[in-house]
Order: sequence, then C-alpha cells, then structure tokens
Amino acid sequence: MFSKLSSKVNFIAVTLLFLILVVLRETGIFNNYVMGILMLACISIIMTASLNVATGYLGQLVIGHAGFMAIGAYTAALITKAFANADILNGSGIENFFRFIIAIIAGGILAAIFGVLVGAPTLRLKGDYLAIATLGFGEIIRVIIQNLKICGGKGLAQGSAGQALIGINRLADFYVVYWITVLSLAFLFCFARSRYGRVLKAIREDEIAATAVGIKTTRYKILAFSMSAFFAGLAGGIFAHYLGTLAPGTFDFNKSIEYVIMGVFGGMSSFSGSVIAGTVLTVLPEALRSFADYRMLAYSVALILVMIYRPQGLFGSYEFSLTEQLDKYFDFTNKVQARKEKKAAEKKAGKAAAGEGGEK
Amino acid sequence: MSLFVQQIFNGLKVGSVYALVALGYTMVYGIIRLINFAHGDFIMVGAYTLCYTIPLMVNAGMPAWMAVVLGIVVCVIVGVVVELLAYRPVRKKGTNMTALITAISMSLFLQNTAQSLFGSAPKPITTIFDLEPINIAGVSIAGETLVTILIGFAVMITLTVVVNKTKIGRSMRAVSQDRQAAILTGVNVNRTITLTFAIGAALAALAALMYCANYPAASPTMGGMLGLKAFVAAVLGGIGIIPGAMLGGILVGLVESLSKAYSAVLTGGIITSAFSDAVVFMILIFVLLIRPAGILGKNEREKV
Amino acid sequence: MSDVILRAEHLGISFGGLKAVNDFNLELREGELVGLIGPNGAGKTTVFNLLTGVYKPTEGDYYIGETKMNGKPAHAMVEAGVARTFQNIRLFSNMTVIENVLVARDRKFGYKLFSAFTHPKSFWKQEAQEKERAMELLKVVGLEDKADTVAANLPYGQQRKLEIARALATDMKVLMLDEPAAGMNPTETAELLEIINLIRDRFGISILLIEHDMSLVMKICERITVLDYGNIIASGSPEEIAHNKYVIEAYLGKDDEEE
Repeated sequence: MFSKLSSKVNFIAVTLLFLILVVLRETGIFNNYVMGILMLACISIIMTASLNVATGYLGQLVIGHAGFMAIGAYTAALITKAFANADILNGSGIENFFRFIIAIIAGGILAAIFGVLVGAPTLRLKGDYLAIATLGFGEIIRVIIQNLKICGGKGLAQGSAGQALIGINRLADFYVVYWITVLSLAFLFCFARSRYGRVLKAIREDEIAATAVGIKTTRYKILAFSMSAFFAGLAGGIFAHYLGTLAPGTFDFNKSIEYVIMGVFGGMSSFSGSVIAGTVLTVLPEALRSFADYRMLAYSVALILVMIYRPQGLFGSYEFSLTEQLDKYFDFTNKVQARKEKKAAEKKAGKAAAGEGGEK
Repeated sequence: MSLFVQQIFNGLKVGSVYALVALGYTMVYGIIRLINFAHGDFIMVGAYTLCYTIPLMVNAGMPAWMAVVLGIVVCVIVGVVVELLAYRPVRKKGTNMTALITAISMSLFLQNTAQSLFGSAPKPITTIFDLEPINIAGVSIAGETLVTILIGFAVMITLTVVVNKTKIGRSMRAVSQDRQAAILTGVNVNRTITLTFAIGAALAALAALMYCANYPAASPTMGGMLGLKAFVAAVLGGIGIIPGAMLGGILVGLVESLSKAYSAVLTGGIITSAFSDAVVFMILIFVLLIRPAGILGKNEREKV
Repeated sequence: MSDVILRAEHLGISFGGLKAVNDFNLELREGELVGLIGPNGAGKTTVFNLLTGVYKPTEGDYYIGETKMNGKPAHAMVEAGVARTFQNIRLFSNMTVIENVLVARDRKFGYKLFSAFTHPKSFWKQEAQEKERAMELLKVVGLEDKADTVAANLPYGQQRKLEIARALATDMKVLMLDEPAAGMNPTETAELLEIINLIRDRFGISILLIEHDMSLVMKICERITVLDYGNIIASGSPEEIAHNKYVIEAYLGKDDEEE
C-alpha cells in the first residue's frame, strides 16, 4: 500500500538520486552526452508508464502510441516557436522554464483530446481489432503530420510539407525533466492504486461482469486511453525540446513498438518495471554502441524468449517498494512508529509535568 | 478515360498482390486467431530467395519464374520453424496479447536478420516474366498485370476448394471452430496448424514472385507496409474468410491506386496523393466501426 | 400489499427470427423471493439477460419501480437497483476478493480524478470506509478471512459466494441469482440457503432465482414461474406448481428426470 510513510521514504529517495545526479553533472563526471541519454531514459519511462495504463491495466494492446507522442511533440514545438515569434516568455531561465512547461502540457492536452477522439469510436472493438485500429490511427496521424505545411521546415509561416521541423529551442533541461518524470510516475501510480485503476483491471478481467456491477465501461476506457495519450504527448513535447529537430518519419510504427517492447520487458502492469526497462533499454544500446546494428535483432530474440518463459514480463505486476525493503532489513516502519509514540509520550509527559507545575 | 482504365488495372494488379498476401493472413488467423505479423516478412524472405535463385535458373536454361519453387521451399521452412520455435510455445501458456507481441517480435527478427545478412539497400531482381503488353479497350496493359490478376483468382479458387472439399480442409475448419472438440474427434491439431502455416508461407512465396514481377527489388523492410496493407485487406473482407481476403485485397488496391491518381484533383489539392497510405487505414477504421467482423464476416456475440 | 419494484409486461426477444422468449410477464414485490424454473434451453438465462440489460427486448415493456427500462444498458439497470450473478461464474479472476467487491462499490466512492492522482486525506478516508463496508459484505457470505486471496484461487463454492457479495455491494433492491447452487455439494447448498435467507432478512431485498435444484426452489421460493420453449406455462405457489400438469409434463415427464 502506498501509505504516508512510504511516500515520504520515496520522496527522500528520489531527492537523493537527484542530488547525486546534480553532483555528477556539475563536477563533469557525467558529460552532456551522458545527460542526454538520461534525458532519453526519462522520456522512455514516461512513455512506457503511460502505456502501462492502457496495456497493463486496461488490457488493450496499443500499437500506435507514437502517434500521440507525435501530436505532443509537434504541438509543443510549434507553441514554443509561436511564443518566440511573438516574443512572449522569450527570455532565459525562469521564462524558458514556463514556456517549456506550458508548451509540453498543451501538447499533452491535445494528445489527450485526440485520445478521446480515437478512443470513443474504437474502444468498443475487442483485442486484436483494437490493436490494429490503434496502429491505423498511429499511421494516419503520422501521414497527416508529414503532410502538414506547418509541421515541416521552420514551421508556422515558413513551413513546407514533408521536411523536418527544425530550429526548436532546446528548452528541455535535465533537472526539470527529472522532476516531471517523477511527478508523472507518482500521478500514474496513484491513479493505478485508486478506484480508477481497480475498475480498469476489472474491465480487463471481465467486461461483461464489470457492466453487471454498474460500471460504465466505455467512459472508463476512454478516460484511461486519453490519460495514456496525455502522458505520451507530454513525453513527446520533452522529446522535441531535447532534440531541437523533428524528422517526419520519427514517430512511425517502429517507434510505437519500441515502447511496447519496454512495457512488456518491464511487466505490463508494473511501474517499477517501466522505470527499469525504460532506463536499461535506453542506456544499454548506447553503451553497446558498436553493436547498435544488432540492437533490434537482440531485442526481438529477447522479447520472444520473455513471451515464452515469462509472458507477464520480467516484473509482472510486482511493484518495488523501498519501505518494504527497509522493513525487511531494518524493521523500519515499526521503528518509526515506536519513535513517534515515544515522542508523543514524551510530549504528553512534558505537558503533564507542565500542567502539574502550573497547578502548583 | 483511358487513364481511368489504366488506374483500374493498376489497382487490380496491386490488389491481387495484396489479396495473395491477405490470403496468408486469413488462413492463419482463421485457424488460431493470431495476426501473424511476420507474414509480410515471409514475402521478404521469398523475394531474397528469388533474387539469388533466378540467376541460377536462367543459367540452367529454365524459365526465371521456376525459381518460385525454391522460394516456396525456403518460405515454408521459415514459416514452419517460426511456428514451432516461437508461436507454439507461446500459444500454450500465453494470452492473445502475448501471441500478438511474439508475432511482432518475429517480424522484427526477420527484418533485422535480413538487414545484417544483405544490408539495407534494396537488391535488384532480374526480369521474371518477359511478356508483351496487351491492348484492352484502347489501353495497353502490361502482361505482368494480367498474370498477377489471374494467379490471384486461381489461388483463391484452389484454396476455397481445399478448405471446403478435402480432408485436411475439414480438419482446418474443425480446429478453427473449436480446438478442444477437434482434439476429441481425433484431429491432429498441432499438425493441422503447422500445415496451415506451411500453406500461408507458400502463398507468401507466390506473392513474392508476383510482387517482384511488378516491382523488381528486395529489401529488408519491404514486407512491412505491404504486410500491413494486406492485413488491412484481410480485415476489410472479413478475416478468416477466403473470398473476403480476395475482395479486401482488390478493394485496397483499387482505393489506393485511385486515391493516388484522383484525390488531389477531387479535393482541390487539399488531400494529396501522399495521403494514400492514410486513406487505406481510414477505410479500415471506418469498416471496423460499422462492420467489426469485415464486409463478409459474421458478427459473433459473446455468450453470457 | 407491498410495492411492485420490478414489472415485465409481454416481454419478448427474437434472435434472427427465432423467438427465444415470448410474452414474459412478471411482477416482483418488495421482499419477495420468486423462482424461475424450466427445462434446459427454456430461456431462463435469456430472461435474466433481458432484465439486466445484456439483451434488449424486441417486444413488451419493462419497469423498475415506475421507470421504463426498455433497452437501457446493463449499468443503468444496476443504478436502478437490479444486480445479478452469472450461471458460469464471472469474477475478476486475477484480482483479490476484496477488490472484486470494491469494484462493485465504485459508484459509492465520492472522490474524483484529482484525488485519485494525489491521494489526499479524504481519499484514504473513503477507501477505508468502503473497505470496511466490503468486509461487512464478505462477512455475510463468510469470506471475511479470504479478503486478500486472489479470486481465481478460491474453491468453486466460495467463488459463487463471492459473486453474491459482489452483487450485494451494488446496494441493489432486486438480486437475480442465476443457478447459484450449480456445482455445489449438499453442505455448500445448505450454506447458500442460509446466506439467501440472511440477506433477505438483513437487506430486505427481493430475489429472483433461477435454479435447477428443485428442492431448493420449493423450499425457499414464495412464488414460482415456469418457462418452457420461451413461454410461461405456469405461475403460482410451490404447491400449485408441484401439482400443475403442464409443468409435470414439460419439466418432469418429457425429460424423464426425477426431482
């Protein structure tokens, strides 16, 4: 259970990790190249975790997730460009920060709107058919973006279809992106551990039984789908402002598959799995650069093996809990509880003593 | 007018290739409810086999198209190995979703193997049929086009007969309707499934021949879009239904070639020919929404 | 006379020209327990599917209270106060027992998306409240010590009980049980009987019961409706039904089944 104590523990842990990364970066041990890879890892984590909601919890294989990422990426990129043109929030530091945040959230919202538009008609399809429909939508979105004038060349007024969108301000700062990732994960995790996550699992298990206990399944499916799309759009916005350039073919079928692979590896309904798979599968290919040609080959073989021997993914639905680990080795929760009680008792004693003193 | 007729034949030709590929998807889906994503890549395997065996055939004094025999052999081996090594073990334990993911991984595997073996640049394939163009209604139609269309229909008819009239066809239909019941009545389910994969792979080799006769090159990713569109065709017609695959294939071919030729003219340049890929998928989604089981498919209701 | 809370008038449905249920009439009053019996394939489950919104009737009218419910979706039936169990158990198999019940309580949760994302105090309070309520329901069916077991791992009889608890969790007025004793041994059936009596007393609800186990039906139902080939052939008290010649002919005579 995601209790108060464990949320404190987790907050301290991510802050510690953040401070370590800050030190490593500021001292130059991690150069820009390494930080770039970590940025991509953050993007992968958000993408994979968002996919988890639709694929792991709702149980619908989505193979067009790159389409939502594309919507977020182009929307955010064009918004920062528009801001720059209009000279709004076009300074440095804090202004850049706000411009970035506004742009990526707008990208996420547009992606979520498209999630509703795509989901409303298609979510009554079942299994394979839904997967194919999402694939179809992913392709449609890609083809349309490729052919929009504002999505090519320098964008906006000077656009021309079919070209890469260039000159996007590289506003994605690692420190900001790190916390966006942490927040996204926390939100998604809380969502999954709420009545919404529970209902989504129920729909996955048996849709007819879910309606028979009064669940409006369509509404929940669309909600899950558009939420998944929102975070994909958010990740897309970060991606655009990290790369600075968006090539028209980037968000194709293979991109969608890449995140499905990460999701499957990590375990389809485990956010811990998303974090680990997202990080490892982003960092590993970079570390093994010389084998880059064989990356997809190795992925495909590994994936088939996972499907044969561990169909639920490496983590399945297991969630790593720092508090549980601490409990295991240090009896942490009980100790904290004991200390709290002791403090309370001391306070009480103190008060009582003071009270007595007052009386006398 | 002559341009229109030309486009119709063009559509029929592309459509017949899609239909041949779609037949492969439909056979496999019909029997184990699996979208065999690797099917498009079986065609790529066939195309590379043709690429290397046609010169051998020609040197031996035989007609180039005879290379398809070797193509069929190689594709069938690949198809059966894929089924035995990957699909069957997953089918035993997994769900629909794991099976689908396996199929997608298999597709990636074949594409990337081809890329490391042959490089990513397309390899040219020598002429397969050396045919004179034929004049129909004042339009000159390439011989390859007619051969492709004829072979498409011939294969569809043969398959329909095999599935409906032969013993193995009966086993296939039994497995497809109820696998447990089929086991009880003594059908060797695993062998039937393997055989279906073999037939599907053989169809892929044939599709490779027809594809390469019209577009003479082999590349690692050639099966991707081709496979997707053929799959769309199979779904359009009603997946699992043989005439449906043919109907869907022809439809997709016609829509594609006509939308390429006329969309810009009809919409005043708003929708250009570059959108033709999207048009195919839009039609897919449209059809799925109004007839989820495809044009010839029957809607099944879940029993409560 | 107590109020009619569920009323079907000339309800019928055909599948592709074949009439599965025809001219079905039923009145269910508050606190009543009515049995619906008939030989296999008589259309009993189809009636359930009509009354719970899985199928839409092609003829006739259907009221819950005073509201006309023709063609309303399944979740609307639940909101109007009708819940059901299934003949072939349909649990959320990979979820825990208590989660199964909590899903059915979903409408009772007040918190919205924002709270779901941030888990404020009110979130924990409601979750705890509903869990307590769910535990009470589990106690009713005797599953309170299985709350954290995965539903699929329960023995068959307990799965049936969980389905009842889940239906109860919707706070319904009418409970429809589709062969709740199917596959149960005599001890389990006796327990089920107790549970049914308990929930009637405690929740004051009406129950519509499909059952093959005639002894069970005869023992607890106040009225019985008999279906054959989609038509009502008899309706009355257990006594009357037991001596009705059409029923004996259709139900007992032709099938050579002794009950």
